[in-house]
Amino acid sequence: MGPAGARAGVVIVGGGHGGFQVAASLRQNGFDGGIALVGDEPQLPYQRPPLSKDYLDGKIGLDLLLMRPAAFFDEHRIELVTAVSATEIDRAGKAVVLSDGKRLAYDHLVLATGARNRVPPLPGIELDGVCYLRDLAETETLKQRLAACRHAVVIGAGFIGLEFAAIARGKGIPVHGVELTERVMGRVVCPQTSAYFAEAHRNAGVEFSFGVRVARLGGEGGRVTHVVLDDGRSLPADLVLISIGVVPNEELAAAAGLAVDNGIVVDEQLLTADPAVSAIGDCASFPSRHSLKNPVRLEAVQNAVDHARCVADRLVGKPRPYTALPWFWSEQGALRLQIAGLTTGFQQVALRGNYENGEYSAFCYAGDKLLGIESINKPADHAFARRLLAAGRSITPAEAADPSFDLRAAAMARPAG
Amino acid sequence: MPQVTYVSHDGKSTTLDVPLGTSVMQAAVLHGLDGIVAECGGSCMCATCHVYVHEDQLAKLPEMELGEDAMLDGTASPRRPNSRLSCQLVMTPEMAGLVVDMPETQT
Repeated sequence: MGPAGARAGVVIVGGGHGGFQVAASLRQNGFDGGIALVGDEPQLPYQRPPLSKDYLDGKIGLDLLLMRPAAFFDEHRIELVTAVSATEIDRAGKAVVLSDGKRLAYDHLVLATGARNRVPPLPGIELDGVCYLRDLAETETLKQRLAACRHAVVIGAGFIGLEFAAIARGKGIPVHGVELTERVMGRVVCPQTSAYFAEAHRNAGVEFSFGVRVARLGGEGGRVTHVVLDDGRSLPADLVLISIGVVPNEELAAAAGLAVDNGIVVDEQLLTADPAVSAIGDCASFPSRHSLKNPVRLEAVQNAVDHARCVADRLVGKPRPYTALPWFWSEQGALRLQIAGLTTGFQQVALRGNYENGEYSAFCYAGDKLLGIESINKPADHAFARRLLAAGRSITPAEAADPSFDLRAAAMARPAG
Repeated sequence: MPQVTYVSHDGKSTTLDVPLGTSVMQAAVLHGLDGIVAECGGSCMCATCHVYVHEDQLAKLPEMELGEDAMLDGTASPRRPNSRLSCQLVMTPEMAGLVVDMPETQT
């Protein structure tokens, strides 16, 4: 890219799913200006979901993780700036300052800075053998540790913790999950689904301790050897996975005077208060028509990618409010969990299918409003759920629970009006 | 090495080497073909790697599992009898010479 003042184009900070997609969609939309994609990791942009699944399990290699080959970026004139972070936004000068001292001028800046692991302030957190699972480097370390692991302790029983637990158990490693709340995935699924998954993991050999805090991590010679709980128990561990969630990378925006509130605050078009700065993906706090409570900040590939498309459309003169339906998935051993919609704030759950056999969907309601649907080994329900919710339609809890009710017909029905 | 030909909606044809064990989706994405999105990375979760397989080649393909069948109901372009999700089409020797049409839109 030329010096400031020349044709500046779009600068994207963050080379994850959202950042990559902005660049790809801009070119797909015929955008002809400069595009620079700044990422602090050394690799080409890669896919994160397989890290905690097939990649950690050794089923696929790095080649299959890449979003696109190197040639794609050349052919599409996307300037990749890797292993460099953005340290400052000069909004008045419309430029981003990078950690290597360079300045990138922009006409429009897209912040796709993502989120980072929440690190608990525990004594012993610095010990060798304490691992995380968010980026490729962390996954490589975890993979090596797993190969020699004799006792794993997972702190935090969310998607990542449970996906890891399933893989570790698949390798025959004893796993103990420690969860502060009373159930697994409590932030995202209904109690029935938590109970089903906890039982399935127990059957696979995972031990759980719920409603208990970790007091400290103990070690010898700088290596972790055990986890001490605040009820006095000590769990042996040569590998501890910290999976208690993430915090948004909002500091860059905040330092530039942009509003942050559990994420970078944006409007329904994903614009900050500065018309030259957008924010997308895990780092963005935005209003969603699919949420009972707003704004929301979501941590999901779908969210990042659909945000990216919305911004890429606006930047070529096709502005529209962001309205995409959120959806999520997790794979834990043989269990496949797919969630359509945002169920936060639900009051009532209607179960459809065979709960005991683990082939069911949980329809979550607030009053008579259908908020979202969790499908467990029921991909057809999930496909229909997405259609139903995206069209703003609903079915009653009684209909949802009735096996003779035709969900496909309800989902495929032409929108009223 | 077996080859697969991808035909874009505007008729542009690209033939790629697809190693055995690699999916038709993976090969397309790794070559940067625009017509395959594969948002979920091949987990059969998103229906954005939809292709139309030439009718006379359908029998050479791995059988469709329930999950793929279901997700095909959620594709952005219309589902047809020859619709498949290319992430589920893992290359076998019998599939050499496969031709797939990419739909107008994946999202």
